[in-house]
Amino acid sequence: MYIPHTNAEREAMLETIGQENLEDLFQCLPKDGRFPDLALPHGITEMEALDELQYIASANETTQELSSFLGAGAYNHYIPAAVDSLLRRGEFYTAYTPYQPEISQGTLQTIFEYQSLIAALTGMDISNASHYDGATAVAEAVNMAYHTFRGRRQKVILSPALHPHYRETVHTYMEGAPLEIVGEDLDPKAGPEELRPLLDKNTAVVIVQYPDFFGRIFDYAALGEAAHEVGALLAVHVNPLALGLLKPPSEFDADIVTGEGQPLGIPLAYGGPYLGIFATKQKYVRKMAGRLAGETVDDRGQRGYTLTLNTREQHIRRERATSNICTNQGLIVLASTIYMSLLGKHGLRQVAELNYHKAHYAAEKINTVPGYMVNPVQSFFNEFVVHCPRPAEEVNKHLLAHDILGGYELSKDYPELENELLVAITEMNTRSEIDYLIHVLLEE
Amino acid sequence: METPTNLQYTSNDEWILVEDDLGTIGITDYAQDQLSDIVFVEIVAFEGDELGQGETVAIVESVKAAADIYMPVSGTVVEINEELADQPEVVNEDPYGAAWLLKIELSDPGELDDLLDAEAYQNLERDH
Amino acid sequence: MTKSNVQPTIFELSAPGRKGVQFPKSDVPTADLPKDFLREELPLPELSEHEVIRHFTNLSQLNHSVDNGFYPLGSCTMKYNPKINEETARLPGFAQIHPLQPAITVQGALGLMYETQKWLGEISGFDAVTLQPAAGAHGELTGVLIIRAYHRARGDEKRVKMLVPDSAHGTNPASSSMSGLEMVELPSDERGNVDLEALKAECDDTLAGLMITNPNTLGLFDENIHEVCQLVHEAGGLVYGDGANMNALLGIHRPGDSGIDVMHFNLHKTFSTPHGGGGPGSGPVGVTAELAEFLPFPQVAMTKEETEETLPFYDLITPKQSIGRVKAFHGHFGMVVRAFTYMLTLGKNGLRAVSEYAVLNANYLQALVKDTYHIPHERLCMHEFVAQGHWEDAPGIRALDISKRLMDFGFHPPTNYFPLIIPEALMIEPTETETKDTLDAFAETLLKIAEEARTDPEKLHNAPHRTPFGRLDEVKAAKELILRTQLPEGYGED
Repeated sequence: MYIPHTNAEREAMLETIGQENLEDLFQCLPKDGRFPDLALPHGITEMEALDELQYIASANETTQELSSFLGAGAYNHYIPAAVDSLLRRGEFYTAYTPYQPEISQGTLQTIFEYQSLIAALTGMDISNASHYDGATAVAEAVNMAYHTFRGRRQKVILSPALHPHYRETVHTYMEGAPLEIVGEDLDPKAGPEELRPLLDKNTAVVIVQYPDFFGRIFDYAALGEAAHEVGALLAVHVNPLALGLLKPPSEFDADIVTGEGQPLGIPLAYGGPYLGIFATKQKYVRKMAGRLAGETVDDRGQRGYTLTLNTREQHIRRERATSNICTNQGLIVLASTIYMSLLGKHGLRQVAELNYHKAHYAAEKINTVPGYMVNPVQSFFNEFVVHCPRPAEEVNKHLLAHDILGGYELSKDYPELENELLVAITEMNTRSEIDYLIHVLLEE
Repeated sequence: METPTNLQYTSNDEWILVEDDLGTIGITDYAQDQLSDIVFVEIVAFEGDELGQGETVAIVESVKAAADIYMPVSGTVVEINEELADQPEVVNEDPYGAAWLLKIELSDPGELDDLLDAEAYQNLERDH
Repeated sequence: MTKSNVQPTIFELSAPGRKGVQFPKSDVPTADLPKDFLREELPLPELSEHEVIRHFTNLSQLNHSVDNGFYPLGSCTMKYNPKINEETARLPGFAQIHPLQPAITVQGALGLMYETQKWLGEISGFDAVTLQPAAGAHGELTGVLIIRAYHRARGDEKRVKMLVPDSAHGTNPASSSMSGLEMVELPSDERGNVDLEALKAECDDTLAGLMITNPNTLGLFDENIHEVCQLVHEAGGLVYGDGANMNALLGIHRPGDSGIDVMHFNLHKTFSTPHGGGGPGSGPVGVTAELAEFLPFPQVAMTKEETEETLPFYDLITPKQSIGRVKAFHGHFGMVVRAFTYMLTLGKNGLRAVSEYAVLNANYLQALVKDTYHIPHERLCMHEFVAQGHWEDAPGIRALDISKRLMDFGFHPPTNYFPLIIPEALMIEPTETETKDTLDAFAETLLKIAEEARTDPEKLHNAPHRTPFGRLDEVKAAKELILRTQLPEGYGED
């Protein structure tokens, strides 16, 4: 269907090559099993394919049809129409990695602008051109810290309030390194001060989340200071949207900032592709993995951009590279760059405040439902833990029966938190939707 | 390509100048030419480090390659060239002079026997 | 050159007070903001929607892309990206579902993933497939970790040696060392195959496995693939297949049948999902039945079969000895929808045609240029071939000069300087979606450039001339390291 050859062209080409037919082109392959009869259906037309895919899609219940209060690392936000309109430009999405800068300035300048925006948002000196997602960005932070100390520091501290998926990914990535990973079995309800006693001269990095997995906001300045006292690094994982309102992690003197960029204009899409944010201090620029675009000039004197510090990467360093990362999230980088450009400083602040106010309204309302409790003292952004009068799983079932996608059942990762539900509120949740949630909770 | 006869060489393109127990280490003219424009030099050893033969002491980077530089012989680092961090191009301009990387106190001068003289170094088989 | 193609950055375009989007006013009471945590400044630009659209539209026009020109970048499979895939991936039923929704509400998504696992397994001859890995290199890491876990589960901890042929992609050695294995490089023989004698010498009880790209990066199918796999298996090792070059094998040969134990796919190469300017990719991994229990979690399974009254039920499961999680949630689902749409549209006949015509196009192009450009391993190639961009009677000309000159004629250059074992390599992969006319025009241009190399070498040294930008100063970029817009003092303050 996407093959343009006419029969006459095919015959002429085979003649030039000096072969009789297409099958002859594969004569050096083992005869055994050549041209297998695959147990797959024959092709269909575009019209039929669309019909089939629409049918499959209709078996899913979307966040449009349900009232969603689900977050836990992926959030239902509004995406301005201009974002997708630009993403659909073939010049962007059908290009490859900008290895030839003369004919790739569109992609390169976009990466450079993205790096600039992320640096501004996080308060850090520099950002790379992204990792696969928040989880792999955190794993790369551990990897970087480990190599920064040339493997001499073999302890990594992970906050128990760091997203469980991220912690699991760190374990998988670092399986081959002689690392001791500690901190995860601390009381998840405790704050960052519990992590401090774990710091010692053998610690490479301590990693916390801001706001944390439970939505809480903590000041990590003291933790950063304590880490630096023993020569360890502080890595802070952020929700970038929250940084429209909250002070940047650079104020905690973070050495590495990672983030899940999905809230910046990326659809939920059942978990991906998303965007792994990675920023650090200038002095660690050569320790950081991942692509980087840098400003320079061309031979006509025009300001332009090129990929730089390529010598850190696998295609040059091969087995000596500290990471095998090759791609970045090109198109998702573009989406988030457009999103941040559209919102700007005022828009990002406004949407962050909307999240904040609506979440606080919902928390206050839930606190009025008998048996339900939200800790009223703890600062939070757009997500909070609800203590339920019975297992969260049962509460969720009741909500779903009323077309409400409830929160995240924390018992999935913390077995002792059977009655705790993690609830997220964004600008997409209207007041009447929140009131309906309360109504349904009261009803059971 | 210059290959001074008063130096000794490794097949990995380091040179060492030995004066009494003191050795000065750098990379060869051939190495800088292969790397082309050098953009960054990082000396990863510190003064006082006791390092064995073959341990990594520096990384020299151009836009197309990064080379690890190893200790030609064992010794204690007594001085490192701080200037190179700001002026990496010196490695291209003066590989045997201003671009020395570090000075060491030799701990096992017998290891010098493993090294090549200028003629042997020039006659090394090269892939390219 | 009088016209400047320099585009201002979004920071330079900004003017205080502009907005590109408005959000509704809050419909709830205002809560107290956490004053200890508020940020004082937010130095982001301020633009209107129209400026943003114009800025990025202008930027897009500085890109070469598959949609606007030939892109024969070897090993990257820059084929046409069908538009229907973009439509299906954006259906609300796929784009607007949360990754943590209960399985009962996302049976469509899980079913689609299950089917994709089955299709990929059938195409490649593997018993189980994970869709988790986010890119090819990520798939490699996953695969190598599976090999490592397999040996460890058998108490065979001394197996730490991973063999990698010298023609391999850089990600292969990087993935094995990242997984804590020791890499040993294997030479290629004079026909471009793995050197069997060298392989035999390394086959001992420390062998964890071999990573092989087949067809390899020279565009050649390893004629001894059965024997290579057999040798590794006899020594107790496993064979990892780098599936980067699967575009040559759809419906032609199943790597699982020739003895490969683990292989990653690149959905963005073989299965037409867009390259997106460098990502997102997607790198599913297929394994033999013996390795299925080591796959990363979550894995999609059919937990209840279809009956006369009920539909099948799909759910996420954790394989028994899983290597763990390799990313958050479940893979690059949006890319999986695109690839599934592509496979469904083509079917088994269409998939085989893809590889037949990809190989036809590569061999045709090779035939057109081989008398002018030296082909170090001249035999029937697969979906790509490697030529050398260097002539003894034009000593100053290198592959890079040829590449830059190609841009003047509207072509994206081939891959340069890879594989590393061929000096001045030009690695050319036309893909099946290019017409004979395009290939003829490209070949003609290559021959013309070869002539220019002798008659007017300066023209090549200074190329490109007709592109919006000339050669960029990479030394300056690496030395000065300007990695973000330099903001004037006070930017972002009101």
